[in-house]
Amino acid sequence: MMTDFAEIWSYLAAGPLIWLTLTLVAWVAADALSTATGRSPWTNPVLIAVLLLAVTLWGTGTPYAVYFEGAQFVHFLLGPATVSLAVPLYQQGQRVRRALLPVLAGLVAGSAVAVISALWIASALGVDGETLAALAPKSTTAPVAIGIAESLGGSPTLAAVLVLLTGIVGAVMVTPLFNALGIRDWRARGLAVGVAAHGIGTARAFQVHPQAGAFAGIGMGLNAILTAALAPAVLRLFL
Amino acid sequence: MIQALTLILLCQLLGETLARMLGLPVPGPVLGMGLMLALLALSQRVAALVVPVGEGILRHLALLFVPAGVGVVGHLDRLGAQAGWLMLAIVLSTFLALLAGALAFLAVARLTGGGWYGDDD
Repeated sequence: MMTDFAEIWSYLAAGPLIWLTLTLVAWVAADALSTATGRSPWTNPVLIAVLLLAVTLWGTGTPYAVYFEGAQFVHFLLGPATVSLAVPLYQQGQRVRRALLPVLAGLVAGSAVAVISALWIASALGVDGETLAALAPKSTTAPVAIGIAESLGGSPTLAAVLVLLTGIVGAVMVTPLFNALGIRDWRARGLAVGVAAHGIGTARAFQVHPQAGAFAGIGMGLNAILTAALAPAVLRLFL
Repeated sequence: MIQALTLILLCQLLGETLARMLGLPVPGPVLGMGLMLALLALSQRVAALVVPVGEGILRHLALLFVPAGVGVVGHLDRLGAQAGWLMLAIVLSTFLALLAGALAFLAVARLTGGGWYGDDD
C-alpha cells in the first residue's frame, strides 16, 4: 500500500493538476477562515493561503518551479485581471471624473511619501544602496517594480519580495487605520490603498466596498506610471 | 463569456505589443486596461459582454496573488541581515503613504467642493 501511495504521489506531484488543485484548496480554506472572522484584516486570505502552501511545499520537499507548473494557470490571470480593472473604472467613470483633482492630489502625495519615507527610513537604519534600489518601487505593481529596480541596479527577486510584503502590510493595515481615524470616504480610502499597496491593497479594497475597489484600481494604475518617473530621482538623493 | 475573454486578452496583447514597441515603462496589461476602458466607453455591446466577466475576475483578484506569494516565501532569506530594518521601513512607509494619500485626497476634495455624498451619490 505504501509503495502504491508513493508511486501515485510521485506521478501526481510531477504534473500540474495537484498543485493547481492545492492552490485552490488553500484559497478556499483561507477565504472561509476570513469570512468566518467577518473579513478581519488579520485573517488576510492571501497571507493565509500563501503560508499554507509554503508549509506544504516545504513538508513535501517540492521545489517552487514544480509548484509553479500548476499554479501558473492562476498566476496568468493577473494580466486579464489588470485589463478588467477597466470595468469598475467605466462604471464609476462619472464619479472618478468629478474627483479628478482629489485623485491626482492623493496619487502624488501617496506615491511621493511611499518612496521618500521608505528610502529615508531604510537609509537611516543603515541599509545599503543596492538594497535601497530594490526597495524604492515597493508600492507599485510587481512587473513595474521589477523593471524599475533592475534599471536602478537592484535585485529583481528582492524587489518582488519587498513588493509582496508591502501589499500584505497595506492590506492588513488599511481598514483598522482608516476606521480609527474616522475616514469614511470610500474614494479616499480606496485610492490611498491602491497607491500605497498596489494589487493586493486593491483586492482588499474590493472586499470592503466596490467604490473603494474602483478608486484603488485607479491609484494602482496611475502609481505604476508615477513611480517609474519618481523612484530614480528620489533614490539619487539617498545614495 | 468566451467573447468577453477574447476581448480582454486582445487588449492585453495589444497593450504588451505597444509597451514593447514604444519602450514605455508601463506594463502591457496597464495599457490594456486603458484600451479596454476606451472600448467600454465606445460600445454598449462591448460593455454588456465584458462587464459581467470582468466583475467575475475581479471578485477573485486576491487569489491571483497566491502563486507569486508562495514564491516569495522561498526568497525571504534574500532579505538577509537587513530583514528587520527592511520590514520596519515597509511598515512605517506604508502607514505614512496611506495617511498622505487619503488626507491629500480629502483636503483637495474639500477645497474643490467635490465632497463625498455617500455610497450612492
